[in-house]
Parts: sequence; structure tokens; C-alpha cells
Amino acid sequence: MSAVSIKNVSKEFKGGTKALEDIDLEIEQREFVSLIGPSGCGKSTLLRIVGDLIEPTSGGVTVNGKPARQARHDHDYGIVFQDPVLYDWRTVARNIALPLELAGWDRNRRSQRVDEMLDLVELRGFGEHHPWQLSGGMQQRVSIARALSFDPALLLMDEPFGALDEMTRERLNAELLRIWQASESTIVFVTHSIAEAVFLSTRVVVMSSRPGRVSKLIPIDLSQPRSAATREDPRFFELATEVREALHMGGGYDMPLAATGLSEGAT
Amino acid sequence: MASVAVERPLAEDAPVKRARRRGLLLLAVLVLLWGFWEGFRALGIHYGWQRPFTVDATSMPHIHDMIWALFQRPNPEAPLLIVTLLKAAAFTGREAALGFAMGATGGFAIGALLAHSRMLQRGLLPYVVASQTIPILAIAPMVVIWLASVQVTPWVSVAVIAAYLTFFPVVIATIRGLQAADHRAVELMRSYAANRWTVLWKLRFPMALPFLFSALRISATASIVGAIIGEQPSSIAGGLGGAILNFAQYYSFQPQNLWATNIIAAALGIAFFLVVVAAEKLVVRRAPEHVA
Ligand SMILES: Nc1ncnc2c1ncn2[C@@H]1O[C@H](COP(=O)(O)OP(=O)(O)O)[C@@H](O)[C@H]1O
Ligand SMILES: [Mg+2]
Repeated sequence: MSAVSIKNVSKEFKGGTKALEDIDLEIEQREFVSLIGPSGCGKSTLLRIVGDLIEPTSGGVTVNGKPARQARHDHDYGIVFQDPVLYDWRTVARNIALPLELAGWDRNRRSQRVDEMLDLVELRGFGEHHPWQLSGGMQQRVSIARALSFDPALLLMDEPFGALDEMTRERLNAELLRIWQASESTIVFVTHSIAEAVFLSTRVVVMSSRPGRVSKLIPIDLSQPRSAATREDPRFFELATEVREALHMGGGYDMPLAATGLSEGAT
Repeated sequence: MASVAVERPLAEDAPVKRARRRGLLLLAVLVLLWGFWEGFRALGIHYGWQRPFTVDATSMPHIHDMIWALFQRPNPEAPLLIVTLLKAAAFTGREAALGFAMGATGGFAIGALLAHSRMLQRGLLPYVVASQTIPILAIAPMVVIWLASVQVTPWVSVAVIAAYLTFFPVVIATIRGLQAADHRAVELMRSYAANRWTVLWKLRFPMALPFLFSALRISATASIVGAIIGEQPSSIAGGLGGAILNFAQYYSFQPQNLWATNIIAAALGIAFFLVVVAAEKLVVRRAPEHVA
């Protein structure tokens, strides 16, 4: 059973923007799939359709063999946005516990799980802080802990590290891989950084824009587990180049090289 | 992993220092006001100012005379003025508190209803607004007569009049506040398949609290005004409204008594306001940019 199965999905917004056209994509259990493409090509739209946050104009999505709506009601996925979207009147611990509260977990079980999550994202001791007392990177880790707290089979991440500096981003990349390996989950990850996509993924989905389509699927055969050394592996550069070329073939990718995250060390 | 140092005030005596600074500031303002009043009065009398009003001992009694009056008996059989006024303030305060509670609850309920449905909002909000254009002086006698006909105690009728003056800001703030949650925060709730009630209590309501408290600050003082005005048609003599009417009649002989009453009424308003501010401090835990 595929973790996510996207069949013939098209999306046209009111006003006539064709965001997605005929998307077909199968994502297997335990995969780490990155969606990459120029800004405005419909990555977020596709992710939100998978999460049943919006509906496709045509076509269908199943998650773990169920219609997307059913999967949402069954809490089959956790989602992480570009902004942490923490509720600032709640402490860090109570933010992480929010989905557990809604799922009806009792207080003891909640607090036990919150402690585990704080350890997992290395924020032990920050449970009683309020979100605004944390740095951007720490806030995003809270948001990841919240998405993982109820142990969803699928994790949807929409440019979760896009707003962070390069150092923090690389550290959180490594942390995310560790978390993914320790769990049983499948991850669908949106990014516009080539380096990030190649480093993290088992497969990269390259999209092109106007309308958004899948232009190439690139399996990433770098060995697991990945580490700092992976980033210096010649194969890493080959794959990054392949992704970059696919992006340029798709057209509309006018992002300067510096923005791809490859500027350092790529020479 | 290196953790980022979290800034927080460390000095233990910081609150004490802050309180002392605030106290000094308050004192400075009071002294300034006193100086302004007495200075204006002295100049006005010396030069015989007629504008903006004729300045004399009746229009502007000395501030120390107002304070002094608090500790005198208005007539030989009466208790000290301050005793009478504090009793009156307690009476009016009770009316205002009940009115405030009713107005705040009612305003929130109406606001929540209107925020819930755009159609209701379009249909009903104009009437809520219109209700505020009818002067309280026109409404008050009707409320008193209606409620008296169903055996409601007069002071409760006054509370209803105070409620009429308090609910409106709460309605507007509730509508605004309940719709203030951003799109992402709502989407997060949707991802958990949360129902409308859960979204209301776990997201929209906490989001609305700073808006609500801004409105409650206005309502707290408005409830006192409502109670004072409402006492007149209810023929209640024991409250501040009664005291104001009474001393207004004798103004030309003893202007300081009316001014003393005003001071007590203002103090009651400030007390109400401060209670709301204190409640807000206890209840609202928001990022600094969301706190008024
Ligand atoms: N709610 C919406 N209403 C109308 N158009 C939208 C909406 N959301 C996204 N779009 C449009 O759909 C296209 C794809 O957007 P999006 O999925 O956010 O792209 P990406 O995440 O790849 O940058 C863009 O042209 C965008 O303007
Ligand atoms: Mg996007």
C-alpha cells in the first residue's frame, strides 16, 4: 500500500490560476520525498491537497489507502509549515500537546509524550517557555515535535527550514534525518534548496511551473545514514547537478545559483 | 546542541523599583494637576477672566476645600461626607459591577453569534449599532418601568441600564477578535480535523482575548457612568447618582461637595479599570507584540 497516491490531480483556483495540472505521483511507505521547483509552481498547493486542507479541482489522493479526508480525520499525518505557527498563549509543552489534547489523550499520557518529544528535538528544559522566548530554529523544532507527537504515519513539511540561516538549516537537516530514521514515518518535504533536497531525500520530485507539473523523478542513491561527509561525496554533486539541470529544463527557474545552497563548496 | 540564552529580567527588586517609579509618576501628575487648577484659578480671579467661564470661588473651589469637605458634615445631623459617599460608591459599584458582568457576557454572546455567521452579522449588526445611537436618557426610564412591572428590584434595573452602556464595545471586539486568527493557525486546526467548538475555544477565543480586554477597559468605566445615570429614573437616592443630584442643587452654596462627589466617582471608575487591567495581566499570556 502506498503512503501517498496522487492520481490525475489538477487544481484551478477561483480567478483562473491553474496551479497544478495532471499530477501523478506514488510515494511508498518509509520514503523521504522532496518536492522542488520554482516558486509558484504549486508545491504548497500539492502538499495541502494531500493533507485535505484544500480540494483538487479534479483527480484524487489517497493516504495509506484511504481517501485524503478520511486520513485527515484519522490523524494519519502531521504537518509543518514554513512558519512555526505556534499558539503564543500556550507554553512550548502545551503547543506540543495540542494535537494530543484534541485526540483525547489523558493528562499523564500527554505529559509523558511531551517529555519524549522535547528530548527528541533537544529542547529539554524549554517546556515551560513561551514561543516568543525561543529563537526561530527552536520554534521550528517545537513545530516538528508537535507534528510528530501523535506518531503520524506521514509527515508533510512545507519549506520548514526556509526561513532559517544556513547553519541552523544544516543542523536541523541532520536532526530531521535522525528523527526519520528512528521513526516509521514517510516524509513529503517541500523545499527550494537543491542541496537540502538531495541531502535529505530518497527521491526528488522536480516540478515545473505554469501550470505546475512533475517534470522529473530523481532517485537519490546516496548511502544511509547520511552525515556531513555526504555533502562532500562526489555522487552528491552529480545528483545535485542532475536536479539543477532538470529544474532548468522545466523552465522558469531563474533563481541565482547562490540561492540554491550550493554556492559554498560547489566549486 | 547549543541553546540560545533566553532574556528575562533578572534583578529581584525590579518590580519594587517599578512600583516606586510608578508611584512617583502618579504623585508628580497629581501635583501638576493641582498646580494647574490652582494657578488657573488664581490668575482667573486676579484678572477677572470671563472666558471660557467666569472664574470665581464657586466655579472653581480650592482643591484643599474639596478634600476638606470630605471630612465635614454637610449638615449637623448627617455623617461625615466621606462616609456617605463611600456608602454611595459601594451601592453604585454593585450596580455597575452587575451591569458590567451582564454587558460583558451579553456582548460576548452577541459578538460570538455575529462572528459565527456573516449573514447574521449583515442582518443584525446595524441594529446593534443603532441601539447605541438612542440616548441612555431615553432608554433608562423605559427599562425602569418595564422591569418594575415584573417586580425587579430597582438596583437591578440600574444594572441593566449600565449593561446597555457596556455591551457594545464588547460586541465589536468579540467579532474582530474571533476573526483575528490567521489562516495558518486555522489550517493547523483543520489538519487535526478539529470541530468548530474546538477551534472556537482552543484558537479563536484565546486569540480574541487581547481585543476583548481592550473593550472591557472601556466598558468598565462606562458601566459606572451607566449606573450613575440609571439611578435618576429609578429614584434611587443612596447611590452616587443621588448624591450628585442632591449636591448639584446646593452647588451655589457648597460647590466643594459636588466636586468631592466627583472625586469619589472618578476613583470608583479608576478602581474598576484597574481590576480589568489586573485580570488581563493574569489571564492573557501573549507575545509582547499582542499585548496592549
Ligand atoms: N488560495 C489561493 N488562491 C488563488 N491562487 C492561489 C492560492 N494559493 C496559491 N495560489 C496560486 O497557485 C500557484 C501555486 O502556488 P503555491 O502552491 O503556493 O506555489 P509554491 O508553494 O510552489 O511556491 C501560484 O500561482 C499561486 O499564486
Ligand atoms: Mg509554497
